[in-house]
Amino acid sequence: MTAAPHSDDDNLPGGPPELLGEFGEFGGRYVAETLMPAVEELARAWPKAWADYTFVDEYRAILRDYVGRPTPLTEARRLPEAVGGGRIFLKREDLNHTGAHKINNCIGQVLLARRLGKTRIIAETGAGQHGVATATACAYFGMPCTVYMGAEDVSRQALNVVRMRLLGAEVRPVTSGSATLKDAINAALRDWVASVADTHYVIGSVMGPDPYPLMVRELQRVIGDEARAQILDRIGRLPDAAVACVGGGSNAMGLFAAFVPDAAVQLFGVEATGEGLQGRHAATMAKGRIGVFHGMRSLVLQTDDGQLLEAHSISAGLDYPGIGPEHAHLHATGRARYLGISDREALAATELLARTEGIIPALETAHAIAALPAVIRELGPEAVVIVNVSGRGDKDMHTVMTHLDPATLTLIEEAERGRKAARAAHQAAAGHEGEEALIVDGHELRAERKEGA
Amino acid sequence: MSAGVDRVTDAFARARAENRAALVGYLTGFDPDRNGSLERIFAACEGGLDVLELGVPFSDPTADGPTIQAAMTRALASGATLSGALALAAEIRRRFELPIVLFSYANPLISYGPERLSRETAEAGADALLVVDLPPEHAEVLRGPASARGLGWVGLVAPTTTPARRARVLAGSSGFVYAVSLTGVTGAPLDPSDPALHAGLATLRGASSLPIVVGFGVRKAEDVRALAGHADGVVVGSALVEAGQRGPAALGELVKSLRGGTLRA
Ligand SMILES: Cc1ncc(COP(=O)(O)O)c(C=O)c1O
Repeated sequence: MTAAPHSDDDNLPGGPPELLGEFGEFGGRYVAETLMPAVEELARAWPKAWADYTFVDEYRAILRDYVGRPTPLTEARRLPEAVGGGRIFLKREDLNHTGAHKINNCIGQVLLARRLGKTRIIAETGAGQHGVATATACAYFGMPCTVYMGAEDVSRQALNVVRMRLLGAEVRPVTSGSATLKDAINAALRDWVASVADTHYVIGSVMGPDPYPLMVRELQRVIGDEARAQILDRIGRLPDAAVACVGGGSNAMGLFAAFVPDAAVQLFGVEATGEGLQGRHAATMAKGRIGVFHGMRSLVLQTDDGQLLEAHSISAGLDYPGIGPEHAHLHATGRARYLGISDREALAATELLARTEGIIPALETAHAIAALPAVIRELGPEAVVIVNVSGRGDKDMHTVMTHLDPATLTLIEEAERGRKAARAAHQAAAGHEGEEALIVDGHELRAERKEGA
Repeated sequence: MSAGVDRVTDAFARARAENRAALVGYLTGFDPDRNGSLERIFAACEGGLDVLELGVPFSDPTADGPTIQAAMTRALASGATLSGALALAAEIRRRFELPIVLFSYANPLISYGPERLSRETAEAGADALLVVDLPPEHAEVLRGPASARGLGWVGLVAPTTTPARRARVLAGSSGFVYAVSLTGVTGAPLDPSDPALHAGLATLRGASSLPIVVGFGVRKAEDVRALAGHADGVVVGSALVEAGQRGPAALGELVKSLRGGTLRA
C-alpha cells in the first residue's frame, strides 16, 4: 500500500522539512503536544480541501456573492502628484464586506472547520477587524464564536466590540501580560488547548504554527491574483512594485503571492515604527531577532534574555511583536524589502488619501500609503505601483480625531457650548430656567421637574 | 552521587524500591523574588519532594493556566533571568541531592544558546530539560547539546497524542516521560480517578520502559493517592505555587501531606 500524501508519517523526524511548513529557516510547528495532533490534522486537511473543487467553488461563491469580490483596482487620480509621480493603482480591500481583507481568510477557515466537523470557533483580535470578520463568518454559517481581545484594545476599539457582540460573538477581554494582541493570541491558544476536540482556532494572519502561515496566505492570495489580472487587463503589463502594510503580514502575503515568481516586480512591506525606532515601535524586521513565538520560528521583538517585548503602533492591527515566517524568509532572501513608517507619518497619509482620492484608509493601510514617496523616489516617476488598501478607516475615527484633528474636537466643543447657550436663551425666553432638556433628532425632550426631592 | 539523567533515573528507582510514586513538585524561580523563591523551594525539598521542576519564567507561557502565568509574571517583575535561574539551581544543588528539571519554553532557552545552556545547566547541577512548546519534530536543537552533557530530555504525551506521535516522543525522551493528565492547561480541574486516564497511563506503560510521570491538575494528597498506582511519579504544580503564596511553611506542610499520598496500597 502506498502512503497517502500528508499521512501522519510524513513528518517523522528526518522527513522533508517542507512538511513542517518551513520557509527557509522560518516557520514550523512549535506548540504544546496537546495541540500537535490538531495542527497535523489541519496540515493534512488543508491541502486536500484546497485541491477539492467543491470546497474552492463554495469559497469563491461566498466571496463573490457575500463579500463582494472581485474588489476594484482603482487608479489613483490625484495621489501621484503628492507622492512624486508614478501610476498608482489601489487594490480596494476596503470595499469588502466588513471593511478589510480579513474576511477572505475567515470565510475559508470557517468553511474548513465545518469540513473537519468542528462545531465552535475561536479567534483573537487586535484592532477588532479580524474579530468582526470571524464573527461575521460565524453568523453566516450559524456557528458559535468566541473572540479574545486584549483589554487595552477593548477600550481602544470599542465600536468593533459592539459590532462583534451584535453579530452574536462572545468577546472575552484579556487582562494578562500587556493586554494587547499577543496576549489575546495566548488566551486563544489556552482555550484551544482545552477545547481542541470540537473547536477550530481561526488565526487572523499568516502566522502561528504550520499550516496557518501557508493556509492564510492561500486564502488571501485572491487579492494578488485579482490585482495581477486587473493590471494586465488595464495596462497590458505587470507593475514595477507591489506595496502593503505588514502586521502579521496577511494582506501583504495575499498581494505578494501572485507576484513572487515575477522577479521584475519589487515587493515592499511596510512595518510600523510607532514613536520611532528609539522609542516604542512594532518594527520587527528592523529590530527583531530570530525566536520561537506563537508556534513559529520567525523574527521577534525580544529582550536579550528571550522575553517578548511589547510592541507599539497607533494602528492596533500592526501592534504585534512578531511577523509571519514567510515574510522573515522573503526578507532574509532579499526577495521583498521592508520599510518603516511612524505613527505621525501614518496619520498624515490617512489625511492625504482622504483628500486626494476620497478614500479614508485604515491606519494600518495608511502605513503603506505613507511609504509611496520612498518607493517612487527609488523606482522613478514612471513606475507603476500597486498598493493594497487593506481596509477602510471607519474604525479609526476616534484615534484620528484625538491625534490628527484636534480641530474637530475644538469644533465639537464649540458647537456644544453654542448649543447650551442657545438652549439657555430659549429656556429663559420660555420661562423654563433650570430645567434639563435633551435634544434628540430635533425634538426637545423636557425632563420632568422633580417634586420635593 | 550520580548527576544528570542518571540522577533522575536513580530517584525513580529509589521511590519504586519504597513501593511509592515519586513526588515531583513544580515551583517558579524568582516567585515572588529571588530569595523568596529559594526559601519556598528549600521548604518544599525538606517537605519531601523526590524531583524538583524549576520553572524558568517566560513572558508568554501559553501552556500554563492562570496560577503559573501569574507566578511567571511576578518572577519577571522581580528580575528573573535564565542565568539567574541557573544560579538558583546551583544554590539548591549545594543543599539537596534531588534531581532538578528545568521547565520552560523554547524561546528563552534557544535564545540563550543551546550549547551554553546545556553546559551551564550541567555545571549548575541541574539534570534535565522539559520544554513545553518544543515537540519532537523541533526538539533536536536543544536535545542534542543537552544529551551531549548527560542531561535528560523530558518529552510530553497528551491525551490527544496519536500512537505514531507517542512513539516519536518516547524515542526522544530520557529520564522520564511526562503524561499530561488532561486536555487543557496547567491547573485545570482533574478527576484523578477517571478510568480513561488510568487506561491512557497503562497504554503508555506498555509502550515505554522509562518512568512515567503524570501531571496537570493534581492538587491534594488524595489525588496523588488515586494516581500513585498508575504512574511512577505524580507532578503537583499550580497547587504548590498557590501554597507558596501563603509562605514557605504552608508550602512545606502541603508537600508533607502530598508525600503521604505517594505510598502504594
Ligand atoms: C485594515 C488592516 N490592515 C492590515 C492589518 C494587519 O494585518 P496583516 O499584516 O495580517 O494584514 C489589519 C489587522 O488588523 C487590518 O485591520
